[in-house]
Amino acid sequence: MPATNLTRIARSKGDPRIERKGPSSLTDADRLARALGWLSIGLGMTELVAPGRIARTLGLHGKEGLIRGYGARELASAIPTLSVNKQVGLASRIAGDALDLATLAPALHHSNPKRHNAAIATALVAGITLLDIAAYAGVKAAHRREPGSDRDYSDRSGLPRGPQASRGLARKDFQIPPDYRAEGTVAAELPARAS
Amino acid sequence: MRALVWHGKEDIRCDTVSDPALEHPRDAIIKVTSCAICGSDLHLFHNLVPAMLPGDIMGHESMGEVVEVGSAAKGKLKKGDRVVIPFTIQCGECDQCRRGNFSVCERTNRKKELGDKVFGHTTAGLFGYTHLTGGYPGGQAEYLRVPFADTTHVKVPDGVDDEKLLFLSDILPTGWQAAVQADIQPGDTVAIWGCGPVGQMAIRSAILLGAEQVIAIDHLPERLSMAEAAGAITIDFEQDSVVERLNELTGGKGPHKCIDAVGTESHVNFGQPDTVLDRAKQMLMAENDRPHVLREMIYVCRPAGVISIIGVYLGLVDKIPMGQAMNKGLTFRMAQAHVPRWTGDLLRRIEDGQIDPSFVITHKADLSQGPEMYAKFRDKADGCVKVMLQP
Repeated sequence: MPATNLTRIARSKGDPRIERKGPSSLTDADRLARALGWLSIGLGMTELVAPGRIARTLGLHGKEGLIRGYGARELASAIPTLSVNKQVGLASRIAGDALDLATLAPALHHSNPKRHNAAIATALVAGITLLDIAAYAGVKAAHRREPGSDRDYSDRSGLPRGPQASRGLARKDFQIPPDYRAEGTVAAELPARAS
Repeated sequence: MRALVWHGKEDIRCDTVSDPALEHPRDAIIKVTSCAICGSDLHLFHNLVPAMLPGDIMGHESMGEVVEVGSAAKGKLKKGDRVVIPFTIQCGECDQCRRGNFSVCERTNRKKELGDKVFGHTTAGLFGYTHLTGGYPGGQAEYLRVPFADTTHVKVPDGVDDEKLLFLSDILPTGWQAAVQADIQPGDTVAIWGCGPVGQMAIRSAILLGAEQVIAIDHLPERLSMAEAAGAITIDFEQDSVVERLNELTGGKGPHKCIDAVGTESHVNFGQPDTVLDRAKQMLMAENDRPHVLREMIYVCRPAGVISIIGVYLGLVDKIPMGQAMNKGLTFRMAQAHVPRWTGDLLRRIEDGQIDPSFVITHKADLSQGPEMYAKFRDKADGCVKVMLQP
């Protein structure tokens, strides 16, 4: 059941109900970034929980601590990737991909009996790196201020009589209400200065 | 009807929804002729308030024509009336309404228990602004049900364009209240952080109230040019030190009055390291807001000065220098705008040609383009300062 139906319980009878959904403000790049953020969480949790199993599968013996560290790194990059600052998260993911590839490279050596597993993992990481780069470029393009699109609004005063003639205009018929006065007029209350 | 509906973080859609219906004798239905996207809608767009639900209709700046009136509102409204709808819903009868504190009306939040739990005591119901303030469907739609309609409307005359009147719903009275609650006096230097739509209205309000020197702070060239158009001196915080420039402009004493028209989402950059830390904490849900502007105002404000907060804050903020504030004897004033308290006076000033709020509109679009306009407004792309939508 769609979430929009579930949330009907929080509404009254007269509130409008959704009949047909329209296109979203999310771009394809935003959606890809979100998927990669959730992938980071899944992978990060797995690396934190089962580093020994991963090390054995890939023939990376003795690297369990490093894999656990990479799990923490994945979780750390998931947070900004899932936030509105996706570019930061995706950039950190790309850097992490480079680390992953560097770590897998020695496991591709013919002396590693699990080198086929390592080759599959390397291909997967390489594919995900391409997705990360595509998402980063897409998000950056979709949410940038286009160069040369600066506008000059120096003719928009909003004060039809001009700023100088408008200065203090409202004071002719408006006083700050007593409940908004912050400045006291205490000078009259001060003891007279001894002459 | 069509309406802009919140489906999740950064996910707004122009959906087809059922028409609203009268629920209470004090209700009215209006056919929306114009509405706008507010800066505070972006906090919801970013899901910074954890009280939005998928399916909520956005929008709290709208105006239109009355098409249906409940029996108890008929004395005050009739079909065909042209009205601006304040973003605050007010009963007009409770203790707070009688004092003019309409944004903390005691009776209009239909989810009062939630408001009581979160705020200590409930605030007013607001249109399209989370379930903490009633979860009322908003006005970025073709039709809007207005609860307590007999007291929640501003009648406006024919013959004046929507562009000039629409902002009586929020940003004009909000900017005006920012200036009024700062107690601006002739001769004052007033510093205003944030040159978004509310900041722009606060600049004009400060001029009208007689401020001698208005200093506007932002980093976007188009917004700074709009501030200069009203006679403000500008500071680009990415080029200059705000504290040094303000001290230079005030003979080393600091501004008399400081207005925060930024609120929870201070711009994050490495030149302001506290904003980077705040953003990281916000992502980890260890802090709700990024109060850089508040910290800077407290630091630079003249002793015995006034801090006026009109930019929206959401929850818990860290590292607020209360020692500086207390020892300098600063006065803090803050609130969501008590819209109807000011609208009669401001409507007269619009009709009198003292202010024309339409200057702030940089983009007009059909309601169906709302989702992309949200993104454009958020990204400040194409010089976007204010989006007006027409259903």
